[in-house]
Amino acid sequence: MKCKVCGREAVIKLKAYNTSLCADDFISFFEKRVEETIRKYSLLKNGRPIVAVSGGKDSLTLWYILNKLGVAADGIYVNLGIGEYSLNSLEKVKKMAQRLNRKVYIFDVCEIVGKNIEGIARIMKRVPCSACGMVKRYVMNRVCLDMGYDVVLTGHNLDDEASALFGNLLYWREGYLWKKDLTLEEKDGRLSRKAKPLFLCSERETAAYAIVSRIDYIYEECPLSFDAKSLVYKEVLNRIEEISPGTKIAFVKGYLKMLKKRKAFEEEGDGKGMGVCEVCGYPARGLRCAMCRLMEKSDTSKQIAFIEYNPEEA
Amino acid sequence: MKIEYDGKVMELDRPILVYKLLEKLSLNRETYLVVVNDRLVTEDHRLLPGDHVRLIRVVSGG
Ligand code: SF4
Ligand SMILES: [Zn+2]
Ligand SMILES: [Zn+2]
Repeated sequence: MKCKVCGREAVIKLKAYNTSLCADDFISFFEKRVEETIRKYSLLKNGRPIVAVSGGKDSLTLWYILNKLGVAADGIYVNLGIGEYSLNSLEKVKKMAQRLNRKVYIFDVCEIVGKNIEGIARIMKRVPCSACGMVKRYVMNRVCLDMGYDVVLTGHNLDDEASALFGNLLYWREGYLWKKDLTLEEKDGRLSRKAKPLFLCSERETAAYAIVSRIDYIYEECPLSFDAKSLVYKEVLNRIEEISPGTKIAFVKGYLKMLKKRKAFEEEGDGKGMGVCEVCGYPARGLRCAMCRLMEKSDTSKQIAFIEYNPEEA
Repeated sequence: MKIEYDGKVMELDRPILVYKLLEKLSLNRETYLVVVNDRLVTEDHRLLPGDHVRLIRVVSGG
């Protein structure tokens, strides 16, 4: 198969775009898409971004591309203390920090809370992924605001969004259905702005970009991952995509259009129900936020703190 | 040729096209990328004896 741009040997066929591309032209194609998404949806608003990195293909690709496109971006990493998996992912993150020569803020849950994420889940009486989500959201928000960044970028891709949307539709979870968006606006200096620049890039494209750009990412899944349903949704959507290329992107873009229409109609809720934590001052649903309640219950003497890994000094 | 996928290793002696191999293993083309001797290839690529083939699953959960 030949590259539709230059005629050299192609490395990937993109049915949804009716094209096939060589490595160099695929790299330009992918970077252009990310750049366009950022511009078209004003994801950065000229602010200083920070990327939430996990060591996986999506977040590392995003971090790499931004810096390649000339957007200086540092990283945030949460070390969950899950054996080999966490050791390997931290190593990949540090390796990328060195390659980009960018800083990464590391929050080490074992060091600060005194327990790994499984221990934290037990204290909080939640499943690990729910505890993990809480810690990650808190840390992303806090590093972003405390360290003077303007927007947290995450590596969510087209398949993540399409499968979540599919799940919400299947069960008509109205409460969640219209919450997904490319960006989440900042609120009173306590809740940082968030954006997802890979929203319109499929998992296959992102992985291919990582491979051709020699991005060393972690292949293994987090061993605590138990959301079997989202994997099934992704498989189902890929089956549909195989016989009807372009379905996933049409699905997600269609959703964005509907969302825009809805927003034009209804006045956005102004964060009702969200108060401020009396301990740390960050958003909370009661008197104290979930993170401060966790710190209290885990009798740690530590304060919330982040390790600054700076490749220039390492 | 040596074929690695999902933690498994398989040997195959005769040439085969990438998409035929994926069909044979019932793997979705959207879900797997094929890397031959460290190079990404398209589905019409012909795999030859001696090739080192990795089928990379791109779907992640979480
Ligand atoms: S699978 Fe669950 S515990 Fe593991 S990183 Fe993802 S959210 Fe956290
Ligand atoms: Zn080309
Ligand atoms: Zn708090």
